[in-house]
Amino acid sequence: MNIVACVKRVPSTEAVAKPTADGKGLDASEFQYMISFYDKIAVEQAVQTKEAAGSGEVTVLTLGPAAGTKEIRECLAKGGDKAVVLTDDDWQSRDARSTAKALVAQLSTMSADVVFMGRVATDRDNAAVGPMVATYLGWPCVTDVIGLEIADGKGCAKVETDAGIETVEFQLPAVITCQKGLNEPRTAGLKGIMAAKKKPLEELSPEAVENQSDVVEVALPAARKEGRIVGEGADAVPALIDALQNEAQVL
Amino acid sequence: MSKVIVYCEHTGGTVRRASLEAIGAATSAGAEVVAILWGEGAAGAAASAAGAAKAICLTGDAAFSADAVATAVTEVIQSEGAKGFLAAATYRGKDLCPRVAAHLDVSPFADCIEFIGAGESFQVKRPWLAGKALATLGTTGGVLCATTRLNVFEPVDGPGPSECAEHAVSAPAKATVTSTEAKADAKLDVNEASVVVSGGRGLQEAANFKLVEDLAAAFGNAAVGASRAVVDLDWRPHGEQVGQTGKTVAPQLYVAVGISGAIQHLAGMRTSGVIVAINKDAEAPIFKVADYGIVGDAFEIVPALTEAVKAVKAQS
Repeated sequence: MNIVACVKRVPSTEAVAKPTADGKGLDASEFQYMISFYDKIAVEQAVQTKEAAGSGEVTVLTLGPAAGTKEIRECLAKGGDKAVVLTDDDWQSRDARSTAKALVAQLSTMSADVVFMGRVATDRDNAAVGPMVATYLGWPCVTDVIGLEIADGKGCAKVETDAGIETVEFQLPAVITCQKGLNEPRTAGLKGIMAAKKKPLEELSPEAVENQSDVVEVALPAARKEGRIVGEGADAVPALIDALQNEAQVL
Repeated sequence: MSKVIVYCEHTGGTVRRASLEAIGAATSAGAEVVAILWGEGAAGAAASAAGAAKAICLTGDAAFSADAVATAVTEVIQSEGAKGFLAAATYRGKDLCPRVAAHLDVSPFADCIEFIGAGESFQVKRPWLAGKALATLGTTGGVLCATTRLNVFEPVDGPGPSECAEHAVSAPAKATVTSTEAKADAKLDVNEASVVVSGGRGLQEAANFKLVEDLAAAFGNAAVGASRAVVDLDWRPHGEQVGQTGKTVAPQLYVAVGISGAIQHLAGMRTSGVIVAINKDAEAPIFKVADYGIVGDAFEIVPALTEAVKAVKAQS
């Protein structure tokens, strides 16, 4: 099995948003970075899929900054065999289409059987690149997968939708986007970390694709108006009910 | 006026409120709406697509295939000469929209909270970092493809289309839904409910979520939410998680019980209409975003609140 896990380097979930002086972006000077939460699940699923198949190779693919190789090595320490970095220091300014097209150009050279991605990258929150990549490639795609079986060139996925749990069947090659619950990502052991240092990491230039959307303004959400403590303990319940009925009018 | 196709999900013979909100988003931006529906009962449900001038029902295989439906939706967008495609930011909408966008070779926008007319095109406002920031983005692609955040836009108060045209789903399905295991009960989804009652680690153990469930039941139109901490402890399913690695919600009323208010959680609920916090720690960050707070023991306060809400509901 030729397996690809696509990952994105994003600000950590602890990050505090502060618009830049020109109001066109976010001040990244104090950001700590991580591999997007759901992409770690994608890496784990890629490694488990290889383990279940008994053979194969896991390639970690990212579009990101030259400075991001530390996070990519972590993915290799957790079982990825090699990495391809499409180097773009302005990676977060790309819109979903331009990111998807750059990944498609690279994936077209890789003859993957299955591509795993997180269900959404926790920076721009678009949840678009997975289904877009699949559509451009003409492949099936199942999003927000919480259970997966792959055998004999076919797959069967479980998905949690608003209506319940759907079972989706598809042929390989396919793009799978991973939801929390699909697996528990492993932590890297010392042996894995040492081995990762020697694994191949290829840096390439991504295909240039112009953005279709430009940032007009980035602002903080309106501050909420000052609230108040209505009281302490169960005795405060009548005051809360009164406020919800008469002041806020939501009850 | 420009034409916008809105994908309308339906259940029990009527269009879902989330989809009606998407129609509302399009009409309030001045668009003429064509509702598009898939599946058994689509023709009957089409009449409830309030605000749509016209409806198109997708016909074909009984089994749902997101790729085949996306192709059919794209065909309709092109044959109608539509300038936009909207769907509610539900599971189905978020899954379909990027596929349609790729067919049209445009960049899609998820979870939009505002559409601003800008000459021939639109600007969209949407959250970044789960709502820690709001970005206004210009769109230059040919067709605007977007999903609308739930509980943000108002449905249209008016009639739906009087008839439903048909369009066949003809592309071969690449991935097919072979079965659906419906939820055990008709539980509301956290990002759809107008009231969300969420619990956190302050509830001390999974069984104590009964308090939160009872309060939600007292409100009647409420969903149960959870903090990441309790989902990670397996007290609650991930579908209920509110916050940066869960769902972003904007109900009319959000009640946080025993949730301290980590930055990731606040990002997911801070645009709620009214926020109530119940926590024993008066210094908890949740009180900084709350409109009303009660400091104290949730095990005493929540049952009292549940009884009081029941009493109010019994009167109305």
